[in-house]
Amino acid sequence: MTLQFKPNETFRRDFTYRNSSAAILHFPFPFPEDQYMYSVNIEPHVKGGASPAYDHVFDVDEHYVAECRERAQVLAEDPKRCQVLPHMMAAQWDTLELLMENLAADYPAHFSLTKAGDLWTWINRPLGLHQSFTFGKAETLPCPPFEYITRQAQGDFTLQDQREDNLYVDGGMVTTQADWSFEFDIGMSFHEWHGPVPLAHEKGVFDRALKYLLRLQYGAPVRRLNWTMTINPRLDTSPENYPVWGPDKASVTPENVGQKVHLRVELQTLYRLPRSNAILFGIRCYLASLEEVARVPKWGKRLHRVLRDLHPDIEAYKGLPRFRQMAVDYLAPLDDGAELSKGIQSELTAL
Amino acid sequence: MIASGPIPVRIHEIEQLSPTLKRFAFAPLHGGALPTPSAGAHVLVTLRHEGRVMKNAYSLVSPPESRERYEIIVRHVAQSRGGSRFLHQSVARGDVIEIGVPGNLFPLASKARKHLLIAGGIGITPLLSYVPALKARGARFELHQLCTADEAPVFEKLLAPHAAGEDIFIHGNGRAAFDLAGILARQPLGTHVYTCGPRALMDAVITSAAALGWPAGKIHRESFGDASGGLPFKAVLAKSGIEVQVADNQTLLEALEAQGIAAPCLCRGGACGECKLEVLDGEVEHRDDFLSAAEKASQKFIMPCVSRARTAQVVLDF
Ligand code: HEM
Ligand code: FES
Repeated sequence: MTLQFKPNETFRRDFTYRNSSAAILHFPFPFPEDQYMYSVNIEPHVKGGASPAYDHVFDVDEHYVAECRERAQVLAEDPKRCQVLPHMMAAQWDTLELLMENLAADYPAHFSLTKAGDLWTWINRPLGLHQSFTFGKAETLPCPPFEYITRQAQGDFTLQDQREDNLYVDGGMVTTQADWSFEFDIGMSFHEWHGPVPLAHEKGVFDRALKYLLRLQYGAPVRRLNWTMTINPRLDTSPENYPVWGPDKASVTPENVGQKVHLRVELQTLYRLPRSNAILFGIRCYLASLEEVARVPKWGKRLHRVLRDLHPDIEAYKGLPRFRQMAVDYLAPLDDGAELSKGIQSELTAL
Repeated sequence: MIASGPIPVRIHEIEQLSPTLKRFAFAPLHGGALPTPSAGAHVLVTLRHEGRVMKNAYSLVSPPESRERYEIIVRHVAQSRGGSRFLHQSVARGDVIEIGVPGNLFPLASKARKHLLIAGGIGITPLLSYVPALKARGARFELHQLCTADEAPVFEKLLAPHAAGEDIFIHGNGRAAFDLAGILARQPLGTHVYTCGPRALMDAVITSAAALGWPAGKIHRESFGDASGGLPFKAVLAKSGIEVQVADNQTLLEALEAQGIAAPCLCRGGACGECKLEVLDGEVEHRDDFLSAAEKASQKFIMPCVSRARTAQVVLDF
């Protein structure tokens, strides 16, 4: 696959980010059914399946170059978005190895990795990088290994140490998050960092998910989709920057709702890491405006139904009350009420 | 590394370490690199002999950075279930066998201020991968190996490449002369203890450490986990009348899929609830985290991705 990058796209101020037709079909639409409720929606992360976003271990798309630049800007303004606690050094190298090996294997036209013993050479063509370094020797890279490689990947990443039958979020690169603070969460355990989520604790979702993750096996990663909605194609919706993006919610009108309101989907992947026995959590964020989503008829209809019938606690938690009704009204005329197939597949081969 | 099934490997080297110990080195059959192993990891080795299939878990003794070859050490046990005898007597250099992706239920603790390693006999094996990893991390550790007097030189030789300047001790005079409580008592705060070897030794380490007030989270014993299999059984699908045999090393879900039956599933690990089926007859050995205690007790449901029948047959409303 050859990717046509769009290096000048922006995720702030003038928001020039758009999805090509191919990118819309590539979008991991998150609703297999007409209703949405929290569940342990985890499945093996194997190639192929209902969305083309599953075709590669780490998905790279047309927004890659622009997203890496956006990440660099966020880090320049707030370096604390990337932090790793000292006991996670082995996990840093594990992450670098996992990303480099899989990017090089999945996208040979764009990335290459060659090894002569511990001496590794990494080439990232889209970003114009060529780096030789000694694996395991942090001083041979321009910055620590976890930061080095996650600056060159789309989506956020966190590192979970496993101890005392729990997971602790002891490292992360978090610049494209949906309203949660890594600086606040670092060092917390699984139930602590999930504290603010409504309904799911009572349903036992987090108890079961944690047990499942504690048993996660090396070589057998898993994935789940999570979603929310964001005004404008803004990647950095962090609590730290709430004053910058919060007011955007008031800018939605019935006239602009189709372009302004974006379905924000996170393709979350979880990998057991070998040296550290830690878990790497990838949170790959996809944005598509309602107008873009509705170009796939099945998705437009289903999104209408999910938003129309959404549980009020989930609506409030995700911060949707100001514009949810406008989104429902925008989508309603597109929904003829026809029965839709189970699953997230678009059922289209081209747009 | 993303796995895609078992890994075929060639027996690259066999070394007789003692009358009952052999070291086997495996290299990937098709070249390239094996998955990165971790300190303390084990692999499941599949052995096929005279129509029998045996799966045995062995700790990797090669250092974690070794991806050109893995090494295991196997003791020939007189009353062996077959695996160790087969490896000792029937496997030769150049043979091809299958191994699984390394798993690790005995990992190093990342926050330990010091690591205290106590092994007995062949229990040394996971520690042989620990030591180079600890040295590479610059971590503080102390290793005690208990063994019989005749085997002391064998273990000394195995540890020799790592031993210079380290706190590595070999105790060849048996348990009686080994001051376990004294060693545990003089460890600095923040030490983690790891033990591997005969059950009696591991139990002694765990009870002594607990008695001295060590927190449970700082005491680690080696484990290969529960084998996922169990006794074979038959599942009868009431709606279609189809009968499915579930083999000992297979889940009910896998057996249904092998018959081309599209059974619902998602997580394949007993957590999501997607695969739930109703049980009309037979008893279930529940292994999932999804059903409530009351649902489990009712014996009305089964999660085919992990749970099995306790009876020879179960009838499902499917
Ligand atoms: C181990 C890595 C994981 C990390 C670091 C993580 C982190 C987070 C964070 C930071 C939040 C936002 C909480 C807030 O409002 O402050 C969240 C929400 C949530 N997480 Fe996780 N999570 C992980 C794994 C999982 C898994 C395996 C599940 C499976 C069920 C899960 C289910 C959820 C749900 C349902 C929400 C609410 C999302 C929403 O409604 O937008 N998480 N997670
Ligand atoms: S497939 Fe998830 S519980 Fe069985």
